[in-house]
Amino acid sequence: MEYIIIIISALIVNNIVLAQFLGICPFLGVSSKVNTAVGMSGAVTFVMVLATVVTYLIQTFILEPLGISFMQTITFILIIASLVQMVEIILKKISQSLYQALGIFLPLITTNCAVLGVAILVVKKDYNLLEGVVFSAANALGFGLALIILAGIREQLDLADVPEGMKGVPVSLIAAGILALAFMGFTGIV
Amino acid sequence: MNQMQNFTKGFIKENPILVLVLGACPALATTSSALNGFGMGIATTFVLVGSNLVVSLLSGLIPDKVRIPAFIVVIASFVTIVDLVMQAYVPDLYKTLGIFIPLIVVNCIVLGRAEAFASKNNVLSSLIDGLGMGLGFTMALGILGALREILGNGSILDIKFISGDGILVFILAPGAFIALGYMIALIRKIKKHKIS
Repeated sequence: MEYIIIIISALIVNNIVLAQFLGICPFLGVSSKVNTAVGMSGAVTFVMVLATVVTYLIQTFILEPLGISFMQTITFILIIASLVQMVEIILKKISQSLYQALGIFLPLITTNCAVLGVAILVVKKDYNLLEGVVFSAANALGFGLALIILAGIREQLDLADVPEGMKGVPVSLIAAGILALAFMGFTGIV
Repeated sequence: MNQMQNFTKGFIKENPILVLVLGACPALATTSSALNGFGMGIATTFVLVGSNLVVSLLSGLIPDKVRIPAFIVVIASFVTIVDLVMQAYVPDLYKTLGIFIPLIVVNCIVLGRAEAFASKNNVLSSLIDGLGMGLGFTMALGILGALREILGNGSILDIKFISGDGILVFILAPGAFIALGYMIALIRKIKKHKIS
């Protein structure tokens, strides 16, 4: 039951992009086409779950026993950066097709604050490993959900007559705002 | 480019948020009031100035291949300093900003300046660049925060000037997106006006 609550809460009630403002850069950057949005969400899901597991283990078995939790920021960002690099190399070796699909998004993920954000949140919320994995997977799906919905809206917006100064980022932000407003309707269900 | 231009380019011409749209996460998340936005801006400015300084000092020593990880370590060290100092001296603000303090480390604008400017320029220019960019960022956050506070709460810097509530949605998540969207559109309009 508590896992279901974690999933619903992370996916729609406290959506990572629309309610917590994490990962806005890729949200605006790669949401102009549905196809790229799907690719990006796939890559983020993969890296986010992996990063959460590794950072959780490092936090519990290295940082805390040694009493150096203040090194958290430095350690986590280095783990994520090297993890992304490693995933890229492994994917290239074992699955050319998957690499083709996700490859170009991988370098962008290091600076995706959603990945580091979720890793820190798991520690802050005192989740155990399994809860952490569920939480990060649900957040990654929430990120994908928001990204794909916005991409769908933006594909339609290309056809609309938008005033000159509003084209591109401003109108996407306003569309995202209205989307966030819709998601606010879920407040209170968990 | 003289130093004055170098300093002021971050204010409007290359404003990190309003023109380059880098670092939008903290800009949206921490601007529910003018004070919060301002606090976040100052914290980021400190990290920007510090990392620009160290990166420009080390630029000859860091091998090209490992420069990005090296920059990230420098930035993360300054973020840790900010994190600990804020926790000690401004605990209330620290609590409000929460997770977005450690997340300064992935703010694209900090790494962006280290890579695009500080690693190629001398110490003084890098310092001025960091300070100018940081102040531009702070200004944008402060204005966005003030705007949302006025519309959403009917107050400015916690001083109420209307009785009752404001348009509540502006201090909630959707208002952040909408306010920033209109601000960017306005800046574009002003810039275009200036050129033509």
